[in-house]
Amino acid sequence: MTDVGFVIAAYAVILGGLGLYTVSLWRRLRATRRRDDEAR
Amino acid sequence: MKTRILGFVALVAVAAAAGVALFVVPADLNQGDAQRIMYPHVASAWLAYLSFGVTALAGIGWLWRRDLRFDAAALAGAEIGVMFTAFAIWGGMMWGRPVWGVYWQWEDPRLTTTALLLALYVGYLLLRRLTDDPERRATRAAIVGIVAAVDIPIVHFSVEWWRGLHQTATIGSPDRVLNPAAPMVFVGTLLGMLGAFTLAWLYLIIRRYQLARAEVQREEAARLDRLVSARTAEAVR
Repeated sequence: MTDVGFVIAAYAVILGGLGLYTVSLWRRLRATRRRDDEAR
Repeated sequence: MKTRILGFVALVAVAAAAGVALFVVPADLNQGDAQRIMYPHVASAWLAYLSFGVTALAGIGWLWRRDLRFDAAALAGAEIGVMFTAFAIWGGMMWGRPVWGVYWQWEDPRLTTTALLLALYVGYLLLRRLTDDPERRATRAAIVGIVAAVDIPIVHFSVEWWRGLHQTATIGSPDRVLNPAAPMVFVGTLLGMLGAFTLAWLYLIIRRYQLARAEVQREEAARLDRLVSARTAEAVR
Protein backbone atom coordinates (compact mmCIF):
# COMPACT_ATOMS: atom_id res chain seq x y z
CA MET A 1 0.00 0.00 0.00
CA THR A 2 1.22 3.53 -0.76
CA ASP A 3 1.55 6.33 1.81
CA VAL A 4 -1.68 7.84 0.47
CA GLY A 5 -3.41 4.49 1.00
CA PHE A 6 -2.35 4.48 4.66
CA VAL A 7 -3.54 8.08 5.04
CA ILE A 8 -6.94 7.20 3.54
CA ALA A 9 -7.24 4.10 5.75
CA ALA A 10 -6.40 6.12 8.87
CA TYR A 11 -8.78 9.00 8.17
CA ALA A 12 -11.59 6.76 6.92
CA VAL A 13 -11.60 4.66 10.09
CA ILE A 14 -11.16 7.59 12.51
CA LEU A 15 -13.63 10.02 10.91
CA GLY A 16 -16.00 7.22 9.86
CA GLY A 17 -15.86 5.75 13.38
CA LEU A 18 -16.55 9.13 14.91
CA GLY A 19 -19.55 9.58 12.60
CA LEU A 20 -20.91 6.07 13.21
CA TYR A 21 -20.57 6.42 16.98
CA THR A 22 -22.35 9.79 16.88
CA VAL A 23 -25.25 8.35 14.87
CA SER A 24 -25.51 5.27 17.11
CA LEU A 25 -25.49 7.47 20.22
CA TRP A 26 -28.18 9.61 18.72
CA ARG A 27 -30.35 6.60 17.92
CA ARG A 28 -29.85 5.03 21.37
CA LEU A 29 -30.79 8.30 23.05
CA ARG A 30 -33.85 8.76 20.87
CA ALA A 31 -35.00 5.16 21.44
CA THR A 32 -34.58 5.52 25.22
CA ARG A 33 -36.54 8.79 25.27
CA ARG A 34 -39.27 7.31 23.08
CA ARG A 35 -39.62 4.30 25.43
CA ASP A 36 -39.81 6.68 28.40
CA ASP A 37 -42.55 8.70 26.68
CA GLU A 38 -44.51 5.51 25.88
CA ALA A 39 -44.17 4.33 29.49
CA ARG A 40 -45.68 7.61 30.69
CA MET B 1 -30.78 23.19 21.44
CA LYS B 2 -27.36 24.43 22.62
CA THR B 3 -26.00 20.87 22.38
CA ARG B 4 -27.34 20.61 18.84
CA ILE B 5 -25.52 23.81 17.88
CA LEU B 6 -22.36 22.44 19.50
CA GLY B 7 -22.76 19.26 17.43
CA PHE B 8 -23.10 21.25 14.23
CA VAL B 9 -20.08 23.46 15.06
CA ALA B 10 -18.04 20.34 15.91
CA LEU B 11 -18.99 18.70 12.61
CA VAL B 12 -17.92 21.77 10.62
CA ALA B 13 -14.71 22.11 12.66
CA VAL B 14 -13.72 18.44 12.20
CA ALA B 15 -14.42 18.62 8.45
CA ALA B 16 -12.39 21.85 8.14
CA ALA B 17 -9.49 20.49 10.23
CA ALA B 18 -9.41 17.28 8.18
CA GLY B 19 -9.53 19.29 4.93
CA VAL B 20 -6.57 21.44 6.03
CA ALA B 21 -4.60 18.42 7.25
CA LEU B 22 -5.21 16.44 4.06
CA PHE B 23 -5.12 19.08 1.32
CA VAL B 24 -3.60 22.36 2.55
CA VAL B 25 -0.60 21.60 4.77
CA PRO B 26 2.46 20.42 2.83
CA ALA B 27 3.72 16.87 3.25
CA ASP B 28 6.65 16.32 5.58
CA LEU B 29 10.08 16.24 3.89
CA ASN B 30 11.14 12.97 5.52
CA GLN B 31 7.86 11.14 6.20
CA GLY B 32 5.93 12.29 3.14
CA ASP B 33 2.13 12.08 3.16
CA ALA B 34 2.11 9.53 6.00
CA GLN B 35 2.83 12.38 8.40
CA ARG B 36 -0.72 13.68 7.80
CA ILE B 37 -1.95 10.77 9.96
CA MET B 38 -0.23 12.41 12.95
CA TYR B 39 -2.99 15.05 13.31
CA PRO B 40 -5.99 12.83 14.13
CA HIS B 41 -3.68 10.30 15.83
CA VAL B 42 -2.34 12.81 18.39
CA ALA B 43 -5.76 14.46 18.85
CA SER B 44 -7.32 11.03 19.53
CA ALA B 45 -4.61 10.15 22.05
CA TRP B 46 -5.09 13.42 23.97
CA LEU B 47 -8.84 12.96 24.06
CA ALA B 48 -8.40 9.42 25.32
CA TYR B 49 -6.38 10.83 28.26
CA LEU B 50 -9.04 13.50 28.85
CA SER B 51 -11.89 10.96 28.74
CA PHE B 52 -10.23 8.58 31.18
CA GLY B 53 -9.37 11.56 33.38
CA VAL B 54 -13.10 12.38 33.47
CA THR B 55 -13.83 8.75 34.40
CA ALA B 56 -11.33 8.83 37.28
CA LEU B 57 -12.49 12.21 38.62
CA ALA B 58 -16.15 11.22 38.32
CA GLY B 59 -15.29 7.97 40.12
CA ILE B 60 -13.83 9.99 42.99
CA GLY B 61 -16.98 12.16 42.87
CA TRP B 62 -19.19 9.08 43.22
CA LEU B 63 -17.20 7.63 46.13
CA TRP B 64 -17.31 11.00 47.86
CA ARG B 65 -20.87 12.20 47.21
CA ARG B 66 -22.77 9.00 46.29
CA ASP B 67 -24.56 10.83 43.47
CA LEU B 68 -25.31 8.66 40.43
CA ARG B 69 -24.76 11.63 38.11
CA PHE B 70 -21.02 11.13 38.73
CA ASP B 71 -21.33 7.50 37.67
CA ALA B 72 -23.08 8.56 34.43
CA ALA B 73 -20.20 10.95 33.70
CA ALA B 74 -17.68 8.19 34.48
CA LEU B 75 -19.40 5.82 32.05
CA ALA B 76 -19.51 8.50 29.34
CA GLY B 77 -15.79 9.16 29.77
CA ALA B 78 -14.86 5.48 29.65
CA GLU B 79 -16.89 4.60 26.56
CA ILE B 80 -15.69 7.62 24.60
CA GLY B 81 -12.14 7.13 25.87
CA VAL B 82 -12.10 3.54 24.60
CA MET B 83 -13.20 4.80 21.18
CA PHE B 84 -10.49 7.49 21.03
CA THR B 85 -7.83 5.05 22.28
CA ALA B 86 -8.79 2.66 19.48
CA PHE B 87 -8.55 5.57 16.99
CA ALA B 88 -5.11 6.55 18.35
CA ILE B 89 -3.87 2.96 18.04
CA TRP B 90 -5.30 2.58 14.53
CA GLY B 91 -3.81 5.91 13.39
CA GLY B 92 -0.47 4.95 14.93
CA MET B 93 -0.45 1.61 13.11
CA MET B 94 -1.29 3.25 9.79
CA TRP B 95 1.54 5.73 10.36
CA GLY B 96 3.98 3.14 11.74
CA ARG B 97 3.90 0.81 8.74
CA PRO B 98 5.20 3.32 6.16
CA VAL B 99 7.50 5.20 8.58
CA TRP B 100 8.86 2.47 10.92
CA GLY B 101 8.28 -0.48 8.61
CA VAL B 102 6.02 -2.25 11.15
CA TYR B 103 2.42 -1.85 12.25
CA TRP B 104 3.16 -2.76 15.83
CA GLN B 105 6.04 -3.62 18.14
CA TRP B 106 5.40 -5.04 21.60
CA GLU B 107 8.86 -3.95 22.81
CA ASP B 108 7.85 -0.29 22.43
CA PRO B 109 6.72 1.09 25.84
CA ARG B 110 4.29 3.67 24.38
CA LEU B 111 2.52 1.09 22.23
CA THR B 112 2.35 -1.54 24.95
CA THR B 113 1.14 0.82 27.69
CA THR B 114 -1.50 2.22 25.30
CA ALA B 115 -2.72 -1.29 24.52
CA LEU B 116 -2.89 -1.90 28.27
CA LEU B 117 -4.90 1.33 28.69
CA LEU B 118 -7.40 0.10 26.09
CA ALA B 119 -7.65 -3.32 27.78
CA LEU B 120 -8.15 -1.73 31.22
CA TYR B 121 -11.07 0.43 30.11
CA VAL B 122 -12.67 -2.29 28.00
CA GLY B 123 -12.50 -4.29 31.25
CA TYR B 124 -14.10 -1.34 33.05
CA LEU B 125 -17.03 -1.37 30.60
CA LEU B 126 -17.41 -5.15 30.92
CA LEU B 127 -17.29 -4.93 34.71
CA ARG B 128 -20.23 -2.54 34.65
CA ARG B 129 -22.34 -5.29 33.07
CA LEU B 130 -21.83 -7.71 35.95
CA THR B 131 -24.52 -6.24 38.21
CA ASP B 132 -27.88 -4.48 37.82
CA ASP B 133 -27.60 -2.71 41.16
CA PRO B 134 -26.67 0.89 40.18
CA GLU B 135 -24.90 1.68 43.46
CA ARG B 136 -22.82 -1.48 43.62
CA ARG B 137 -21.96 -1.05 39.93
CA ALA B 138 -20.93 2.58 40.45
CA THR B 139 -18.67 1.70 43.40
CA ARG B 140 -16.91 -1.17 41.63
CA ALA B 141 -16.52 0.89 38.46
CA ALA B 142 -15.21 3.92 40.35
CA ILE B 143 -12.44 1.86 41.98
CA VAL B 144 -11.39 0.30 38.67
CA GLY B 145 -11.63 3.66 36.87
CA ILE B 146 -9.38 5.35 39.42
CA VAL B 147 -6.80 2.53 39.51
CA ALA B 148 -6.73 2.27 35.70
CA ALA B 149 -6.03 6.01 35.42
CA VAL B 150 -2.56 5.35 36.86
CA ASP B 151 -1.68 4.13 33.37
CA ILE B 152 -2.37 7.58 31.80
CA PRO B 153 0.85 9.30 32.97
CA ILE B 154 2.76 6.06 32.31
CA VAL B 155 1.55 6.12 28.68
CA HIS B 156 2.35 9.81 28.30
CA PHE B 157 5.83 9.76 29.85
CA SER B 158 6.80 6.30 28.54
CA VAL B 159 8.61 7.94 25.61
CA GLU B 160 10.72 9.98 28.03
CA TRP B 161 11.33 7.22 30.58
CA TRP B 162 12.22 4.33 28.25
CA ARG B 163 13.69 3.88 24.80
CA GLY B 164 11.45 2.65 22.01
CA LEU B 165 10.37 3.20 18.42
CA HIS B 166 7.91 5.95 19.29
CA GLN B 167 9.19 9.51 19.06
CA THR B 168 9.27 11.79 22.10
CA ALA B 169 6.61 14.51 22.57
CA THR B 170 6.49 17.17 19.85
CA ILE B 171 4.53 19.77 21.83
CA GLY B 172 3.15 17.89 24.85
CA SER B 173 6.33 18.08 26.91
CA PRO B 174 6.60 21.12 29.28
CA ASP B 175 10.01 22.17 27.87
CA ARG B 176 8.69 22.02 24.29
CA VAL B 177 5.56 24.16 24.69
CA LEU B 178 7.32 27.34 23.54
CA ASN B 179 9.81 25.55 21.32
CA PRO B 180 8.03 22.66 19.57
CA ALA B 181 10.05 20.06 17.70
CA ALA B 182 8.09 20.62 14.46
CA PRO B 183 7.52 23.54 12.02
CA MET B 184 4.79 25.96 13.13
CA VAL B 185 2.54 25.09 10.18
CA PHE B 186 2.39 21.49 11.40
CA VAL B 187 1.93 22.54 15.03
CA GLY B 188 -0.88 24.97 14.04
CA THR B 189 -2.65 22.25 12.04
CA LEU B 190 -2.29 19.85 14.96
CA LEU B 191 -3.74 22.41 17.37
CA GLY B 192 -6.61 23.02 14.92
CA MET B 193 -7.33 19.28 14.78
CA LEU B 194 -7.07 19.08 18.55
CA GLY B 195 -9.61 21.92 18.93
CA ALA B 196 -12.02 20.39 16.41
CA PHE B 197 -11.81 16.92 17.98
CA THR B 198 -12.27 18.45 21.44
CA LEU B 199 -15.53 20.07 20.29
CA ALA B 200 -16.68 16.71 18.94
CA TRP B 201 -15.60 15.08 22.23
CA LEU B 202 -17.58 17.63 24.22
CA TYR B 203 -20.70 16.98 22.15
CA LEU B 204 -20.32 13.20 22.49
CA ILE B 205 -19.65 13.30 26.23
CA ILE B 206 -22.79 15.41 26.79
CA ARG B 207 -24.93 13.05 24.68
CA ARG B 208 -23.45 9.92 26.29
CA TYR B 209 -24.03 11.40 29.74
CA GLN B 210 -27.68 12.14 28.83
CA LEU B 211 -28.08 8.56 27.62
CA ALA B 212 -26.52 7.14 30.80
CA ARG B 213 -28.85 9.26 32.95
CA ALA B 214 -31.90 8.17 30.94
CA GLU B 215 -30.85 4.50 31.25
CA VAL B 216 -30.40 4.77 35.02
CA GLN B 217 -33.80 6.46 35.39
CA ARG B 218 -35.37 3.66 33.34
CA GLU B 219 -33.63 1.03 35.49
CA GLU B 220 -34.88 2.78 38.63
CA ALA B 221 -38.45 2.92 37.27
CA ALA B 222 -38.31 -0.80 36.40
CA ARG B 223 -37.00 -1.59 39.91
CA LEU B 224 -39.82 0.41 41.49
CA ASP B 225 -42.36 -1.39 39.28
CA ARG B 226 -40.99 -4.77 40.38
CA LEU B 227 -41.12 -3.67 44.02
CA VAL B 228 -44.72 -2.44 43.70
CA SER B 229 -45.76 -5.68 41.94
CA ALA B 230 -44.13 -7.77 44.69
CA ARG B 231 -45.85 -5.75 47.44
CA THR B 232 -49.21 -5.96 45.65
CA ALA B 233 -48.84 -9.74 45.27
CA GLU B 234 -48.01 -10.00 49.00
CA ALA B 235 -51.05 -7.89 49.92
CA VAL B 236 -53.37 -10.03 47.74
CA ARG B 237 -52.12 -13.17 49.57
